[in-house]
Amino acid sequence: MIDVLYFAWVRERIGLPRERVETQAATVADLVAELKAREARYEAAFADVSALRVALDQELSEFDAPLKGVREVAFFPPMTGG
Amino acid sequence: MAVRVQAEPFDLGAELDRFAADRRDVGAQVSFAGVVRGDGGLRHMEIEHYPGMTEKAIAEIEAEAVARWSLKDSLVIHRYGRLAPGERIMMVATAAPHRADAFAAAEFLMDYLKSRAPFWKREVTADGAEWVAAKDADEDALKRW
Repeated sequence: MIDVLYFAWVRERIGLPRERVETQAATVADLVAELKAREARYEAAFADVSALRVALDQELSEFDAPLKGVREVAFFPPMTGG
Repeated sequence: MAVRVQAEPFDLGAELDRFAADRRDVGAQVSFAGVVRGDGGLRHMEIEHYPGMTEKAIAEIEAEAVARWSLKDSLVIHRYGRLAPGERIMMVATAAPHRADAFAAAEFLMDYLKSRAPFWKREVTADGAEWVAAKDADEDALKRW
């Protein structure tokens, strides 16, 4: 089980801020493919992953990164702080 | 070094009075405050963040600034939630023996906070609400460091 978090318009498109996901996905990209296959709202949120960023256990990462040992995955658009 | 992520407003004057006040090895203090600009019919801004990661990401950025410019002290305050035009969103302060380091470190902190700290701004106008898109210029700004 892995905690998956969504922020900003990703959260709005999927319709929830976080969920527990049962997955054997090896990489972030594999997890995205699993989620997209679920429902149209995931397909809409992940349509263009180049517009998204991912953090693994609260560290910025990449979509080809392995998920082994990761407890928390977060998806969000490019950050707009400051 | 200090990081605060909070919904409440902060008192810029009081923060600067306290900042590095007891140090005798500092010759320069630089501060910057970001303010909600009320143009384009903005009613208010909403800032979302990633609790936990936000504090960690800012602390890492701050630690790098302290190391690169030998800062004697630094402070970052960033707000989240609903902010009206004219309200202060965030501030950074840096303290160093000489001003060039204090200025450079403050600019570095600002550039990195813009695109590496997990905040997302949403602008609310009479026409509705829209997420602010990240600018290529903000990402490009990181390359100079």
